[in-house]
Amino acid sequence: MKELKAKTFELRKDVLDMIRSAKAGHIGGDFSVMDILAVLYLKQMNISVENMDDPNRDYFVMSKGHSVEAYYAVLAEKGFFKREEVISEFSKFGSKFIGHPNNKLPGIEMNSGSLGHGLPVCVGIALAARKDHRESRVYTVMGDGELAEGSVWEGFMAGGHYKLDNLCAVIDRNKLQISGTTEEVMSQENLEARVEAFGWHVIQVNGNDLDELNQAFEEAKTVKGKPTCVIANTIKGFGGGSVMENKAPWHHKVPNDEEYAQITEELERRKEAALHE
Amino acid sequence: MNNIPNRKAICDVLLEKAKDDKDIIVLCSDSRGSASMSPFFDAYPEQAVEVGIAEQNLVSISAGLAKGGKKPFAFSPACFISTRSYEQAKVDVAYSNTNVKLVGISGGISYGELGMSHHSAQDIAAMSAIPNMRVYLPSDRFQTAKLVETLLQDQKPAYIRVGRNPVEDIYSEENCPFEMDKATVLGEGEELLIVACGEMVKPAVEAAGLLKEKGIEATVLDMYCVKPLDTETLLEKASRARAVITIEEHAPFGGLGSMVSQAVGTNCPKKVVNMALPDSPVITGKSREVFDYYKLNAQGIVEKALEIL
Repeated sequence: MKELKAKTFELRKDVLDMIRSAKAGHIGGDFSVMDILAVLYLKQMNISVENMDDPNRDYFVMSKGHSVEAYYAVLAEKGFFKREEVISEFSKFGSKFIGHPNNKLPGIEMNSGSLGHGLPVCVGIALAARKDHRESRVYTVMGDGELAEGSVWEGFMAGGHYKLDNLCAVIDRNKLQISGTTEEVMSQENLEARVEAFGWHVIQVNGNDLDELNQAFEEAKTVKGKPTCVIANTIKGFGGGSVMENKAPWHHKVPNDEEYAQITEELERRKEAALHE
Repeated sequence: MNNIPNRKAICDVLLEKAKDDKDIIVLCSDSRGSASMSPFFDAYPEQAVEVGIAEQNLVSISAGLAKGGKKPFAFSPACFISTRSYEQAKVDVAYSNTNVKLVGISGGISYGELGMSHHSAQDIAAMSAIPNMRVYLPSDRFQTAKLVETLLQDQKPAYIRVGRNPVEDIYSEENCPFEMDKATVLGEGEELLIVACGEMVKPAVEAAGLLKEKGIEATVLDMYCVKPLDTETLLEKASRARAVITIEEHAPFGGLGSMVSQAVGTNCPKKVVNMALPDSPVITGKSREVFDYYKLNAQGIVEKALEIL
């Protein structure tokens, strides 16, 4: 797992370079969600360049579509497209690497960007898989600010109602959104109890700890008769050090030269530390 | 008088096709009765999904089912499925290009007495404005059946609006000419062109008969394919006519009339008069009473024709 941990900091550097190149992006959420995506794509999910037409593959929908840079970095790591290509072309005029996920790109199942869509869509994908007795597991990642969208709770309701144990929803609980803390903007207190009340199995983990995340996804596979929600408690900007961690403005701030150097140095330091743990 | 509403015609086609096609899935939002889909839920419980009163969920779950290889038909009153779940239709269906057929039942002012909350006078405008969304308003039960059979053959998004009440037949079992995305030409007269869709086709045909008695020859286009509009047939007929009347069960903006005016105005400028519901909440009443009040009937079309010709 230490190689994977080191990799997450390399992938964050890719995100940093995309955002610097485009002068746009949502870096804070990219850094908080990176460990979740890395464990799912590089450890857990049966998704590859070769099996995207196999109905027995796993399915993933990036509900918090604004963290597309982290998604692109992981998909490039999986070989869906070239890392250099996405870094140089992201958000540029006419680019296929749009600022939210688009399924004209290989590896992306559904377009997103408007929040509150991923979970209900995944309910449908999971229902289809179950009707066909397929082994597919279905994953979505949502933001915690996104939970204010009513459609999220329609999705929780249907997932619980249909007892979709092939469905796993992950919440990137970084506790910050554009205007401030989630608790200031729209309280998400008692989240675990609320999701459980919709008939879900809930697991809380440190969402920037690869082992805890991996264990949670393993546990989810053993839960029968109900879907699982992993509340991944993360740090917004994780890996960016004192410059950007836990700071709301970094939701979509573009680093200046000095900040770029500081963040790059911090990512490199953490990568080396991970390798020597 | 026919007593089979178009929604029942849809159910009959899906019941028949679902015998062999296990990928057909019908979804309802506590609307199976209004959708005439109870027989389908009874016959194929494994191919039926109830989502409760949650139209956003209805559309997103349908998109997910399509992603998972299914052929979902999502039924909900047109007033809700067109605008309550508009964003889901835009992002999860049209933009993501999922094979979802959205069926707006009790469309237009079918629920005449229930007020504006239950009227869908904006659905054509809303749905037509979404790239990759097709919009169909079939006129009678025979055409509805042909349309649904054809839509089952493709993998693309579509919105279909039907009314609640039975409408008088225009076609018959033996004689229902249908070509996908081509208007059906009813009668050939070169003085006036009447373009109609959905429940307004019947009064348009009746009006053409009344005008003929007065010596005015009119062509009626059953433009069930509002998007993609059959501009080829439209322009061919409009270029020969002295004037064009459009009639639809919709708000006066962004519907069939707007699209016909745009196409004719751009390509073969002629006088085009749009007949539609008013830009205000409509008067309370049964749909027939409401149509008559706003002169959305054969007599109203005749009067309009005599006024402009």
